[in-house]
Amino acid sequence: MSIQTKDVQHVAKLARLNLSNEEQEMFTEQLNAILQYAEKLNELDTDNVQPTTHVLHLSNVLRDDVVQESLPAEKVFRNAPEEEDGQFKVPAVLE
Amino acid sequence: MSTSKYETVIGLEVHVELHTKSKIFCGCSTEFGAPPNSHTCPVCLGHPGVLPVLNRQAVDYAMKAAMALNCEIGDVSKFDRKNYFYPDSPKAYQISQFDQPIGLNGYIDIEVDGTTKRIGITRLHLEEDAGKLTHVDGGYASLVDFNRVGTPLVEIVSEPDISSPEEARAYLEKLRAIMQYCDVSDVKMEEGSLRCDANISLRPHGQKELGTKAELKNMNSFRGVQRGLEYEQLRQAEILDEGGQVVQETRRWDEAQGKTLSMRSKEEAHDYRYFPDPDLVTLHIDAAWKERIRASIPELPDARKARYTSELGLPDYDAGVITSSKQLADLFESSLQHTSDAKAVSNWMMGDLLGYLNSNSLELSDVKLTGQGLGEMIGLIEKGTISSKIAKTVFKEMLQSGKLPQQIVEEQGLVQISDEGAILAIVKEVIADNPASVADYQAGKDKAIGFLVGQVMKRSKGKANPGLANKLLVDELKQS
Amino acid sequence: MTLFDLRLQELHDRLHSKELSVTDLVGEAFAAIKERDGRIQAYLALNEEGAKQTAAKLDAKLSGGEARGLLFGLPAGIKDNMVTEGLRTTCASQFLKNYDPIYDATAVTKLKAADAVTLGKLNMDEFAMGGSNENSSFQVTRNPWDLTRVPGGSSGGSAAAVASGQAYFTLGSDTGGSIRQPASYCGVVGLKPTYGRVSRYGLVAFASSLDQIGPVTKNVEDAAYVLQAISGYDPKDSTSANVELPDYLSALTGDVKGLRIAVPKEYLEGVDPKVKDAVMEALKTLESLGAVWEEVSLPHTEYAVAAYYLLASSEASSNLSRFDGVRYGVRADSSNLLELYHESRSQGFGPEVKRRIMLGTYALSSGYYDAYYLKAQKVRTLIKQDFDQTFEKYDVIIGPTAPTTAFPIGSQVDDPLTMYLNDILTIPVSLAGVPAISVPCGFADGLPVGLQIIGKAFDESTVLRTAHAFEIHTEHHKRRPSL
Repeated sequence: MSIQTKDVQHVAKLARLNLSNEEQEMFTEQLNAILQYAEKLNELDTDNVQPTTHVLHLSNVLRDDVVQESLPAEKVFRNAPEEEDGQFKVPAVLE
Repeated sequence: MSTSKYETVIGLEVHVELHTKSKIFCGCSTEFGAPPNSHTCPVCLGHPGVLPVLNRQAVDYAMKAAMALNCEIGDVSKFDRKNYFYPDSPKAYQISQFDQPIGLNGYIDIEVDGTTKRIGITRLHLEEDAGKLTHVDGGYASLVDFNRVGTPLVEIVSEPDISSPEEARAYLEKLRAIMQYCDVSDVKMEEGSLRCDANISLRPHGQKELGTKAELKNMNSFRGVQRGLEYEQLRQAEILDEGGQVVQETRRWDEAQGKTLSMRSKEEAHDYRYFPDPDLVTLHIDAAWKERIRASIPELPDARKARYTSELGLPDYDAGVITSSKQLADLFESSLQHTSDAKAVSNWMMGDLLGYLNSNSLELSDVKLTGQGLGEMIGLIEKGTISSKIAKTVFKEMLQSGKLPQQIVEEQGLVQISDEGAILAIVKEVIADNPASVADYQAGKDKAIGFLVGQVMKRSKGKANPGLANKLLVDELKQS
Repeated sequence: MTLFDLRLQELHDRLHSKELSVTDLVGEAFAAIKERDGRIQAYLALNEEGAKQTAAKLDAKLSGGEARGLLFGLPAGIKDNMVTEGLRTTCASQFLKNYDPIYDATAVTKLKAADAVTLGKLNMDEFAMGGSNENSSFQVTRNPWDLTRVPGGSSGGSAAAVASGQAYFTLGSDTGGSIRQPASYCGVVGLKPTYGRVSRYGLVAFASSLDQIGPVTKNVEDAAYVLQAISGYDPKDSTSANVELPDYLSALTGDVKGLRIAVPKEYLEGVDPKVKDAVMEALKTLESLGAVWEEVSLPHTEYAVAAYYLLASSEASSNLSRFDGVRYGVRADSSNLLELYHESRSQGFGPEVKRRIMLGTYALSSGYYDAYYLKAQKVRTLIKQDFDQTFEKYDVIIGPTAPTTAFPIGSQVDDPLTMYLNDILTIPVSLAGVPAISVPCGFADGLPVGLQIIGKAFDESTVLRTAHAFEIHTEHHKRRPSL
């Protein structure tokens, strides 16, 4: 599975990253090297192996349905790049 | 052009907000209508370093909903991340469920034109809601309110078993009723606690493979769902009639224009990159947990309807209407604590109550009528304390004030006059004042009696017992 | 002997007996920072005002006879990926250069509750991605033993600060070796607890299924002290374990008689011979104390790096999506949203972060999930089984922490894969989720070598006991770099 520049462009779009031409080339090369190295995993037969998502076998960690105090506006907007009428402002969603 | 050449295939994706007190992964309130961003915290704002902790009540509600929809509940369920960038999604992923949802393979029965049909439910999964965007600056900017982020939702996906817009509406109404009965959601489309998207395609009768579908969004009322699908059904039929091809796309129902519009976007096809959320642990749902939830499910609409027809003798249609809403059915049952005449209760609800609500665009919760009031009012009619006519006045007053009928009758002096002497005095006045009608009656025009009774009622301000008034009039006229 | 050479417990006693005031101790710490950090560059932000106020309060508390916390008055540095309300937290990223946290991480809350004093925030590789601190977007921290070399990473600032006497202890975070490897390079003690032992709430997530906060200290006893204070179940972290918290100090008996040690042959392959010599020497020391060791095999070791990079990068690609310029962080000027996302993220993230986001996004994308992500999760199971099986017969597993000593700044930046392979001895441990400590076990050409002692899940006590027994019979941890 060799990665082409167009794959890098597609992935960059999914990840919302702009890449310069140099970066595209560099990442194509580096991702290929890393994924080639990862091919190593195919030496292992894992057909009957369960995947590990958590090393601890915890289950049913639940909290009670209790309302807790929310944040004051000062904290909500302390880091906001743009605020208007108690809301976060962003450029239009639709182009 | 006609749709009769084609078979319509509809599947619905319904989102129902669960009415927990706090959000699914943090302790912020889920209350509707608070000032923007006042119900937020580092967790639901997606600040760096925060972690989700699952609300037990949300899981219980989702299980209850799934069971009420006849779903199988898996022994193991887990949460996955659905990755996509959008300003209403603070983490740029939604915590949802991918391959191990709470419920699978359910169904509900709907009734259209007297026929019962079973609609399959593919799955029910639990997830978090997104925030709300408002467009400002002439559409060049948006404001984001994160209060709704993290409200627990269940997404209920139907099989493509629905064959008409009417069926779609019936399915949605049935779904709403079941959620109401289970008491897991407010299910108000206008507040967004019930939302519906639809997939619709047409194919010539007899064709096996499905036609190309359109995905329909922004249908914000039950009527909107039906109208949107009707429009889309017709639009696709027209295209097919002309030998064209339906384009697979998302379309938006525009209520004002009464049509669906393409939502073409430059965005590439979604690739949500689902993977198990490492911040949350597996749910193991054992038999005891399932049993506890199952035991909490009340009698559902179908069962109630069957009981109303078989045990209480209501007509099928009436029983269907009354059980379509839990509040109506609860009112019905609470009335029966105060009267044994189920048919009379049903008649008042089907006629005066629903008529009043419909003509004033009100919900049952907007009026103050109680089951005790309605039941006792029917008792007063039976006893002859008030006439049916007076009862209509009392009923309206109960809707508005919630007072009990006895009190209304006393306050407004509405007690029926059944005292012969009092009525006879009025009868004599009326006879004296209406010689022409008296003459007509005596000339054999029986209809004139109606007018004369009406005059008695009018002079008594509606309080005279009409049967008695009639009898005394006839007696009096015969004597004279 | 200077104040800095005292154990935390000794300092604690001096503070209690009022031989020393917190204000003086904190003043001493800032004096050291002022003298040395120009050369070391461990700190990204100092909390001088805040620390002095806290010190004054603590001194007053002592005079008032109030109860003292476990870490009373002890000056600490915190890696800059743990959020600290009122103290800028950047993750050494341009994206968060002005981020002013609105809450405290649980580990930070616990430090405060234990009456520790926060000196400042420590440099790291951006978002903890890297093993050299060269990926910090603000500065490159120097190795106190050789200023031309890296301190290791990603908790390079945490290790260098302790090694250079600029903090009495620090907190780091470890995802694939980020506490142990810099501890090894800087000649200090670094402990990665069992996954789930310390709450991750408020630790800016890199790879959620691997990240764990732990102490970096001058000696093993201090590590036990700090671990005691920061550990425990946290209802805000669903993955924190609700298990009993032992008394770690009482575990430090100095007795390792009969201790069964496994030495994986894979951990000695391809290791710098001088590093290997130091490790073999350490094993002899432990043997002389009554422990027994045998060579074993952890057959899936060679697959760990590949599995790790797929899993960690995949999780990171999703964890770092929230840095979108809407609610906090960098926002690029833009008239439409898509451009805002692309520009803010492209300007805010450095090359290594972008590389891992790209790798992770690819590994999770449609059509590749089974081949990469799922496959790596299955290999993780096999690696964990290696450990489970070994721990059926042995109490601890021992090997080097890193294949080499600290490398020169700039020597590996062009080759990500080689850089990733530096972590080959720490990554399997992270994948298995078990605890491990790095303790100084010698020097090679004047640079510190670390010994890695790995234990069973939630058995930090045995890890600490082994490390402590080794330490009290050796002098390596007492050496200080000349600065």
